[in-house]
Amino acid sequence: MQDRAHWTPEAVIAIAESLKKRPGPLMLILHRIQEEFGHIPREAVPLIASALNLSRAEVHGVVTFYHDFKAEPPGRNVIQLCRAESCQAVGAAALEDHAKRRLGVDFRETTADGRFTLEPVYCLGLCACSPAMMVNGTPHGKVDSRRFDAIVAALASGPQ
Amino acid sequence: MSTVVYVPRDSGAVSVGAEDVAAAIAHEAKRRALDLRIVRNGSRGLYWLEPMVEVVTPAGRIAYGPVAASDVPELIDSGIFTGAAHRLRLGAPEEIPYLKNQNRLTFARVGITDPVSIEEYIAHGGYRGLRRALDLGPEKTVAQVTESGLRGRGGAGFPAGIKWETARKATGTQKYVVCNADEGDSGTFSDRMIMEGDPFVLIEGMTIAASAVGATQGYIYLRSEYPHAYRALNEAIDGAAAAGYLGKNIMGGGLNFNLEVRLGAGAYVCGEETALLESLEGKRGMVRFKPPLPAIVGLFGKPTAINNVVTLASIPIILDRGGEFYKNYGMGRSRGTLPIQLAGNIKRPGLVESAFGVTLRDLVYEFGGGTASGRPVRAVQVGGPLGAYIPENMLDVQMDYEAVAARGGIVGHGGIVVFDDTVDMAKMARYAFEFCAIESCGKCTPCRIGSTRGMEVIDRIMNDRGRGESEALLRDLCEMMTHGSLCALGGLTPLPVLSALNNFPGDFGLARN
Repeated sequence: MQDRAHWTPEAVIAIAESLKKRPGPLMLILHRIQEEFGHIPREAVPLIASALNLSRAEVHGVVTFYHDFKAEPPGRNVIQLCRAESCQAVGAAALEDHAKRRLGVDFRETTADGRFTLEPVYCLGLCACSPAMMVNGTPHGKVDSRRFDAIVAALASGPQ
Repeated sequence: MSTVVYVPRDSGAVSVGAEDVAAAIAHEAKRRALDLRIVRNGSRGLYWLEPMVEVVTPAGRIAYGPVAASDVPELIDSGIFTGAAHRLRLGAPEEIPYLKNQNRLTFARVGITDPVSIEEYIAHGGYRGLRRALDLGPEKTVAQVTESGLRGRGGAGFPAGIKWETARKATGTQKYVVCNADEGDSGTFSDRMIMEGDPFVLIEGMTIAASAVGATQGYIYLRSEYPHAYRALNEAIDGAAAAGYLGKNIMGGGLNFNLEVRLGAGAYVCGEETALLESLEGKRGMVRFKPPLPAIVGLFGKPTAINNVVTLASIPIILDRGGEFYKNYGMGRSRGTLPIQLAGNIKRPGLVESAFGVTLRDLVYEFGGGTASGRPVRAVQVGGPLGAYIPENMLDVQMDYEAVAARGGIVGHGGIVVFDDTVDMAKMARYAFEFCAIESCGKCTPCRIGSTRGMEVIDRIMNDRGRGESEALLRDLCEMMTHGSLCALGGLTPLPVLSALNNFPGDFGLARN
């Protein structure tokens, strides 16, 4: 579970200024902003563009190209469920259906209580332990519906 | 002297409970006042036995697995520190047939050493390759790589020596070495295992590349799905820099080289080398037209040697033992060893580093033990999401770039995903298009539009709307994508689609020929 700060224009500008001298800095800046605030606020795009002397379109184009960068803050727990072939070979589709039912959301949605966001992912490199998922950066292998429920229940009973 | 216990830090082992096992051992050691030292090693790659715990005994290392945290008190009671008998005892790990029947060259140290200890790396033969490269000089270093016959292990299979020679001869005051660590193919994890289990071998390989082509700065472009590899690489880079193996005048040979890890952001297409370079520059990961080759106009427009993790990690042993030594493994034009990854519905999933020439049948049955479900094997996908589905009756094909290509497939990055007889091959073909549509960079039309049209055509076939006509359209579309796409994503998506259609027409509601 992640505690994240609320974004401010000053903080975004400070991040952009601190990294802009590095070669090819835009991805570094976007990663840092997302790490701090959980997403890339739309209002941050012109601020980053101005710091790097790029157009807003160029920054917007990069933000929207990559699956990782989110325009909205995610839930407190992010579940990335693998949909790729190795996991499909041992029941990933059934696990996906179960996960969506259990949480009551589709992929790229957050539960109404803000606790969980469900994301598809295309390979976590845990193919020897399929089906696999990553929860808040922690890998879980050989996940079945029972194990999924246990992991979700443990997170749901944690502090609000 | 304290007893040494190994518990892997590999994220695959962690995904099935290695952290809990390590914590349970530490807890029990404290409770019983035992003098223990827990080392977090890489994985041996025998994943069905993970978490696999190894204990150093007077008779050598003895393995136990798969260990659950709840097994730990009982294991200690039964005397594992002297290698005592137990239902989980596996004996000496290197005597386990799965491991014993491999040729571990690139993976020689993975699972054996502490991945982030430079002292252990050096004690196990590390940095002998770089020493030799510095003594030989750039031209002869590249000659050794060419001599070895090493081809790009990322998937394209392009001769590494030729890439390096082009970059070496390119003129420019600034050159780069870039490692493609965007291992996105489903069913592959050998890059991850190297980065988590022996990151120094990659660092040494990149440093040798830098000395050979005249680069002073290196980047490892790592996929964001690999946070454990990110930590291990950064620990190792800090260790190498502190010990003088990165930075100025490395090993007294006059070489200056710095290395930085950069994270991707979840785009599969960035595994394509020119899209990767765009991404490293902070742009959208759009594929570039070639030529110019990255070796001449690469990162920030400068000459760049760009290679996959396993390719670069194979360089130190080639320099240490000589190109001739490496070349003596393998067959035909596929020289050396390939770290093969067994995944999907398979009883013994894991990493098998073998000389080229091993058959798919031996990999799936002798190493892999058949399916995990116990049902018959129906198909295996070789070479990731862009690889062909090979039916069971064609498994006698040897792992060799040319032999697999002759059967209409690709070796790719060496991933093998097994499916049992419950698989619906029409669904897998549809998924191949869906994946291409999600991951297409959008630069070329055949890939951007063709992938979505492909899904629709398969849906039409499945819904029996003009089935014969739709099949002809599907084949036409695949031909156009194969020949008209800018890179392998659009160009190879037809491989899984057509291999599924040709080998399993019944799944598409089409009569068998």
